[in-house]
Amino acid sequence: MKFRIYRYNPDADTEPSMQEFDVDAPRGTMLRDALLMIKEQDETFAFRHSCGEGVCGSDGVNVNGQNRLACITPVADLKEPVEVRPFPGRPVIRDLVVDMTQFYQQYRAIKPWLIRNDPLPEQETLQSPAERDQLDGLYECILCGCCSTSCPSFWWNPDKFHGPQALLTAWRFLADSRDQATDERLDALEGPYKLFRCHTIMNCVEACPKGLNPTKAIGHIKNLMLKHSV
Amino acid sequence: MPLNKRRFDALIIGAGGAGLNAAIQLANADARVAVVSKVFPTRSHTVAAQGGVNAALANVLPDSWHWHMFDTVKGSDYLGDQDAIEFMCREAIPTVYELEHNGVPFSRLDNGKIYQRAFGGQSQNFGGDQAARTCAAADRTGHAILHTLYQQNLRARTHFFDEYFAIELVTDDEGAVLGALVMEIETGEALLIEAKVTLLATGGCGQVYRTTSNAHINTGDGMAMALRAGVPLQDMEFFQFHPTGIAGKGMLITEGVRGEGGFLVNKDGERFMERYAPNAKDLASRDVVSRAIVTEVKEGRGCGPQGDHVLLQIHHVGEEIVAKRLPGIRESARIFAGVDPVEEPIPVFPTAHYVMGGIPTDRYGRVVIPARHGPEEAVPGLYAAGECACVSVHGANRLGGNSLLDILVFGRAAGLDVISYLRDNANHRPMNTASVDKAMAAFQRFDQGGEGISVAELRNEFRKCMEDHAGVFRVQDVMDDGVEKIKQLRERLDDVRLKDQSRVFNTARVEAFELVNMIDVGMAIALSAARRQESRGAHSRPDHPDRDDKNWLKHSLYFKQDDTLDYKPVRTKPLTVESFPPKARVY
Repeated sequence: MKFRIYRYNPDADTEPSMQEFDVDAPRGTMLRDALLMIKEQDETFAFRHSCGEGVCGSDGVNVNGQNRLACITPVADLKEPVEVRPFPGRPVIRDLVVDMTQFYQQYRAIKPWLIRNDPLPEQETLQSPAERDQLDGLYECILCGCCSTSCPSFWWNPDKFHGPQALLTAWRFLADSRDQATDERLDALEGPYKLFRCHTIMNCVEACPKGLNPTKAIGHIKNLMLKHSV
Repeated sequence: MPLNKRRFDALIIGAGGAGLNAAIQLANADARVAVVSKVFPTRSHTVAAQGGVNAALANVLPDSWHWHMFDTVKGSDYLGDQDAIEFMCREAIPTVYELEHNGVPFSRLDNGKIYQRAFGGQSQNFGGDQAARTCAAADRTGHAILHTLYQQNLRARTHFFDEYFAIELVTDDEGAVLGALVMEIETGEALLIEAKVTLLATGGCGQVYRTTSNAHINTGDGMAMALRAGVPLQDMEFFQFHPTGIAGKGMLITEGVRGEGGFLVNKDGERFMERYAPNAKDLASRDVVSRAIVTEVKEGRGCGPQGDHVLLQIHHVGEEIVAKRLPGIRESARIFAGVDPVEEPIPVFPTAHYVMGGIPTDRYGRVVIPARHGPEEAVPGLYAAGECACVSVHGANRLGGNSLLDILVFGRAAGLDVISYLRDNANHRPMNTASVDKAMAAFQRFDQGGEGISVAELRNEFRKCMEDHAGVFRVQDVMDDGVEKIKQLRERLDDVRLKDQSRVFNTARVEAFELVNMIDVGMAIALSAARRQESRGAHSRPDHPDRDDKNWLKHSLYFKQDDTLDYKPVRTKPLTVESFPPKARVY
């Protein structure tokens, strides 16, 4: 199979280029396997990866124009030559490795931890299965960044707009029956940027390798905010 | 150029469950704590744990920590230390409640309590009916726990060094640990982190085998650093092969599939586990089930055109249960095996999964080695917790659901003990230049370019060698052969050359360091295995088929210097209850 890979090494190159590779890809080959074969051909090629099964979220890349996780993307489904680039909109460190600092900052900014003011019970805090079901489709996020780095609003304002990932997590805590910081969380989302830069373009939904729906989560937050303000 | 330096009270290497649970204790106690991780914390391999964490909450069936303790001792084939096991099983209960309070989205029962499922090797009433002890967040429990622990560390404002690779521990002449030399992967620059205490929480080493459920990052870095600092590794011959990896690929299919009612069949459609474990059947201990699968395949009852695997069937429980309790497995089976478990069985075969052995510690996480005053003297300033450590609670075979428990309980215990250590050791010890120079030499090991062997070539050979010579069944001459081959591979490390001599995010350099670590750890596994003349737990020898308590109820200690082995007694006395004496182990 033919691959065209984005290459840039700040130690050696003045500007990025695309490099072609040929890879034998037997049935069942995932894109990560192909990238590993390319690395065996050329050890200077750099990309992040780890678990190989779509749970650690390390190997998000842009493939034929779409953000995907390499380890769960079968190459058989891809049009040749397969063009692999780093996530769009992020500073490139080297080859497919990008700087995700702002993405993580936005995650931290929404206070992604459970806040409870009541004294702790001796056993577990009770939660009905129906209440727990509210977290399905939210807690499974693996922080790969496929969504936020495919979002035009995040491209423009990565310092001010939380982006789909952080907002999905914001809703994960707002939706948790155990969390007691609803007012505080909603107040923190006020203003023209943090939440409201979402223009429901829905690239995030398309990009999420775990099938999650950040746009829907953002809609829930907006609804709650509306109720909150009246 | 002068070496960059930072100073902290405590340095934690590794940001999985053990490292992060220790870090929270320290950050909450206002200690200055640095967590160094070669990947962003939520990429750590705790994230991949599926089935759950054991605790005798008795939410579904009657249970007690004492029954949990019995099962763990029996599961360990009596090699586990019973004081540590009692401690872990008691602590399990508050540990799971604490996780829940911290936000872990556990699955729930109708009464609002945490959902618990059946797992292998669990019983009620000391060997009676099947228990339901494994607390689960669907089949993504590790993910749910790791993300929650990271979130709590963000709240506590722990200092993270993300994508820093630890090269070597720095020690003084008394053997005290003074911190570590690390490399910032993004710049390729060295950094010396001085700390009053260093905690190794670097996880497992499954990458030493060719077919493994373990991630690319599980290369035994902490264990190898400890070895090179003169610390032995304990019980490394005990390596768990998980019965149900996706055939030919190795990705994990949780024991929870069998816990939810799934079972294994051979090519004749026979539920063969009934022959190997008449009572527990498919929920026998992992070592037992793995051996049964390999035996079925060897004796010609394997499935598929090559007859090289067996089938794991779950579709009879119905789509609703699979969708609710095993959604991640369904996704993995579809992607990697091309089957929907709601309709078809999953092809499975044992996959290298977990190392029971590791850096010897006591139940406070202190690293203990044989020294002047007996076999277990604490190394000043060094702690270890999680899969890289050996407390030992798993002995010769770990029970499913006890590994998340181990990392959480002993990560926390280590964190708390470090706090008191810091009270008694308020100052940094003087830095030892000779040790820093030695660490710098290790850091510069691959700076010489030119022609040589590539990392990939040597790594492929090594992982194949481990698979062939230290697998599920082991005989003397094959193991001895393996040891010789690993010695040769270790010598050839000197001929490895990196074509890529650049600095910025040089993953080839990281992989070269990892290969050095894997070979050090691989030798510990192979040599400890070749010396143990009995079958116990995961160490199974057709040429010595029986357990030999008279000669071998003892822990192995492998030292890197001159490749020597020593032994120390098992701690058979629990903290408060009667000891469980060794018995025949049947399921």
